[in-house]
Amino acid sequence: MSSVAPDPPVTHAPEKSWTVKVREAGVAALPPEKLLPDGQPTYVASWIYMFGVASIASLIVIIGSGSILALKGPAWWHYTGVGHFFNSIHLWSVELFFFAMVVHLWGKYWMASWRGGRSRVWITGAVTFLVAIPCALTGYVSQQNFDAQWISTQAKDAMNSVGAGAFFNLTNFGQMYSYHVLLLPIAVVALVGAHVLLVRKHGVVPPFELARRKAALATAASAGSDGSPAGADGGAQS
Amino acid sequence: MSLLRSEDDTQPWKGRYYPYDLVKELCIAVGVVGLLAVLLTVLFSSPDDKPSTIAQWSQQKPADFVTAAVKELDGTSPTAEYGPPYNHNSGSVQHFFFLHPQRWLGVSHPIDTEKDYVVGPLETIPNDPTLAAALAQYKAAPATQKKQWAEAYAKPLEETATAEEEKKTAPNTVSESNGTVIVKTSGNAGPVPALMGSLLALAKSGGVDGSLLTSKQFFQTDYTKPLLFMADGGLLDERAEQQHLLGEQWGLMNETGSYPGQPWLWLYALWYQVEPMKSSSSADIEVLLIMSLLSVAFICIPFIPGVNSLPRKIPIYKLIWKEHYRDVTSA
Repeated sequence: MSSVAPDPPVTHAPEKSWTVKVREAGVAALPPEKLLPDGQPTYVASWIYMFGVASIASLIVIIGSGSILALKGPAWWHYTGVGHFFNSIHLWSVELFFFAMVVHLWGKYWMASWRGGRSRVWITGAVTFLVAIPCALTGYVSQQNFDAQWISTQAKDAMNSVGAGAFFNLTNFGQMYSYHVLLLPIAVVALVGAHVLLVRKHGVVPPFELARRKAALATAASAGSDGSPAGADGGAQS
Repeated sequence: MSLLRSEDDTQPWKGRYYPYDLVKELCIAVGVVGLLAVLLTVLFSSPDDKPSTIAQWSQQKPADFVTAAVKELDGTSPTAEYGPPYNHNSGSVQHFFFLHPQRWLGVSHPIDTEKDYVVGPLETIPNDPTLAAALAQYKAAPATQKKQWAEAYAKPLEETATAEEEKKTAPNTVSESNGTVIVKTSGNAGPVPALMGSLLALAKSGGVDGSLLTSKQFFQTDYTKPLLFMADGGLLDERAEQQHLLGEQWGLMNETGSYPGQPWLWLYALWYQVEPMKSSSSADIEVLLIMSLLSVAFICIPFIPGVNSLPRKIPIYKLIWKEHYRDVTSA
């Protein structure tokens, strides 16, 4: 009988693999309780906070209705009632998306939501709004109706004037449809994803300290206090 | 960058938290927005006005069609004179000081209006000796002769179109009879009347629509040629005016039937109504450069002195966080 050779001892790589490094960096930046928190700071108590999630919800409805339209092809909605219904859902969810996003942006401006190292949160939100505009425009010129004819022939001059007409030809339905259903939605979704992850990483921006509150805190600090607000419990996002 | 930042004393929150279900909130929001979209759909539906075709244009406005077509033939239409990306002319080329991006990007979608809109479609008509002879005569003529013929035919049409636009009495040189356009030319128009007559007949049958979508391959999704041809005529403008879509009306912000279109373009559209852009031949590039600057500023708000400190000075935040401040001040 031959003897079975023992398994060689498992050796660990002297350096961390790229995979491990990415995983550790991801978990360090966004531990699960931060990524999907089950608590919110008490100051998050205004209707204005609804417009961020309303923007995302509108985007989900846009993608859902747009996917149905894409599955059936660009001409389907012109000759079927069901198709027209989903086109209308798509249109109105776009209007709701922009409405919610504009209110969200104004709200975040008046909160100065870039404070506390959150400038990237603002930047990704602002860029999302700007990228969403050509995403919508390519939808309007892909409708294959009179609106598409009029908008494409009118807006082409602006694109041509800056040279963009060479690769962004509004009168080329095939090109615009590709931009509308693939390239620009990917950009919007990626930006929204980055924006949400940054919000989760940094937390919702806290309120401004009131001047008299700041003075009281300074007095307390000079008297030996640690300066923590009353009632702080060091919750999940602290 | 710190020089650009306003005073930022924001500290991580060390206060209380309340229970919150993020996933549930998102699901409820999707449900509410979905229902709202359905409600708006049931109440208002969405616009879908049928597109115009060259066949409709030539049937409804034959004189306008022929006017546009002869301008394509003699190279004086907006598309013929446009410049990049369609040709090397300069009629619609815009620039801003030393910035000439339209020229820099060059001709990416070449359109030869004489060949693509007139001669090419006419060459698809078989078994018509009269047309074949007219085409042969036209193609064999030198360029100056072609231009003289086309101008002789175009002049009465343009005078009539101008008079109609200005709501004056039109000269009695253009008439329509049984769907054909009769032009009393001031000089020798050579084979051009025959060419225009055949092109009008072909357009009415839908032949020009098909011809302009024919390419080197079977499948086609580029409508640049037929759209630009129609935009050189008056049908699209007429429909747009009826639907309040012209630049001096609601423009691109609106859709047919008074539907909201792209109201988020209000600031972009506004600049076209303001001097010097309003009367500038390079309004598009000027407006886009202004909007590009404003877009960069919008992105960079956290770093723009004054703009980034305004929210601290105007106490709208006290309304947003009124409950928080009430709790803090009562503590």
